[in-house]
Amino acid sequence: MMRLNPRYVQRGAVFVLGGATVLTLLILIFIIFFILEKGLPVLTLNFLTGNPEDLGRKGGIFPAIIGSIILPLLAILIATPLGIFTSVYLSEYTRESKLTRLIRFGTDCLAGIPSIIFGLFGYIFFVITLEMGWSILSGALTLAVMILPTIIRTSEEAIRAVPKTYREVSFSLGATGWQTVKKVILPNALPGIVTGIMLSIGRSIGETAAVIFTAGSSLRLPTSIFDSTRTMAVHFYILAREGISQENAYGTAATLIIAVLLVNLTAYWLMNRFIAKRRS
Amino acid sequence: MKSLSEKGVRRILMAVAFSAISALLLITLFIINEGVPFIFKYGVGNFLFSSDWHPQQMKFGIFPMITASLWVTFGAMLLGAPLGVAVALFLSEYVPRPIMRIIKPTIELLAAIPSVVYGFIGVIVLAPLIRNYLGGPGLSLLSGSIILGIMILPTVISISIDSILAVPQSYREGSLALGATTWQTINMVTVKASKSGIIASIILGLGRAIGETMAVIMVAGNSVNMPHSALDSVRTLTANIALEMSYATGLHRQALFATGVVLFVGIIILNSIASIALRKRMVKG
Repeated sequence: MMRLNPRYVQRGAVFVLGGATVLTLLILIFIIFFILEKGLPVLTLNFLTGNPEDLGRKGGIFPAIIGSIILPLLAILIATPLGIFTSVYLSEYTRESKLTRLIRFGTDCLAGIPSIIFGLFGYIFFVITLEMGWSILSGALTLAVMILPTIIRTSEEAIRAVPKTYREVSFSLGATGWQTVKKVILPNALPGIVTGIMLSIGRSIGETAAVIFTAGSSLRLPTSIFDSTRTMAVHFYILAREGISQENAYGTAATLIIAVLLVNLTAYWLMNRFIAKRRS
Repeated sequence: MKSLSEKGVRRILMAVAFSAISALLLITLFIINEGVPFIFKYGVGNFLFSSDWHPQQMKFGIFPMITASLWVTFGAMLLGAPLGVAVALFLSEYVPRPIMRIIKPTIELLAAIPSVVYGFIGVIVLAPLIRNYLGGPGLSLLSGSIILGIMILPTVISISIDSILAVPQSYREGSLALGATTWQTINMVTVKASKSGIIASIILGLGRAIGETMAVIMVAGNSVNMPHSALDSVRTLTANIALEMSYATGLHRQALFATGVVLFVGIIILNSIASIALRKRMVKG
């Protein structure tokens, strides 16, 4: 076999690996620009604040925007206390044991379950068995279960990153464990916890499979959490798949992408600030 | 008083800490309860290995969907795994750290784009290209694989980077000091040392691909046929559930939950393999 000159192989490797990186970035940029280019012209004030007419062929997407705000917010309100308390328990109130390993294993498994299974579960459990029907509440509870692992993990990382000396000082001043958690640990871990919450909101806004079978797809503006609602992701899916309106589909997709990017960029900004603060 | 409340807090926290695992148990119970009795009533062999899916005639064979899910996932891996690992190696070994810290989160934005948007791009951009240049209906196994291959990139890239960065710097220095080029070091030292993490990232990506629903419904065509070529329209397990769930009742609905059971079991197996691989990495590191 001919031996290639390692220098040429080295150059070839840089070329191939660098090419792969550029390609990946180009795919991302293409998707974002493609949607924005076609969708931004549709985004008028009327589109954002108007009610859909004729199944979404005309009019705006106001109820879907409201749905996309309420559903993730309610899910976060349910999942955040559960997630933070779980991570406080795991990191402050117990040692590594079979029990914590079991809890971590359960969290990991939950994180790997695909959203369609959450949809099936939410449908049979919340919608049918608990008789909540297709409603904001069913959808939010399903989303809450789905994002719980993310919140547990990011909160635990943030709590573990709080220096040990902080705890020692607090204890030496006579504070109890819970006082230390409340006054010292949680405030210091807050930016990390908020990052996890933002990432979860981003995921909830884009979610379709878990939402469509639990919150339904009503186009009416909801008046209570027992009403069905339609999120932007579901609205976009229905517009695009049933070929109702290409133009309004682009408009909805653009709004969706902008919302998701804003939420995620805020999360990264918070994370960077958090890391910078920890270094200094 | 103080110690009592402290005890109470501990108890409450411990109870809450079981929320995730209780949710997991509830999900498992309800899916199994709704799906498994059907599988035994209909016959395991008939359900898994028959190609007859005609809900109106009470025929529920999901073999074409199992085949389609496996092929689409395999296709996604052919594209996503090499591309993702290449990006991870480039970012961790060739690019200065400050630049990597900008590019890595940018690439992770790929994970933030909703799956319906990927599906839409597949329908509008990819499917016409395939139809015009390669033939077939366009919405096909191939377009599904390509879209899923892109969707698993962030998973493969970020977990691979983490495990590559966990390789001690001294390994690389040792190799470079012996006169190896950067590529030789990557090829002979870094990749070997981070192998189990890279494999885990690919398996987790597979789990994501096999469970993906909305994007696949939009781009893969959804015909219940055994695929004969990559250009055929196919229906995956996930698509089967989501397409018919809205109007299914009785046995038909149970059959869809049974499809969910098959998917659930497949994913739990994949994720267990991945978590074993990741644990191996931690023990070694």
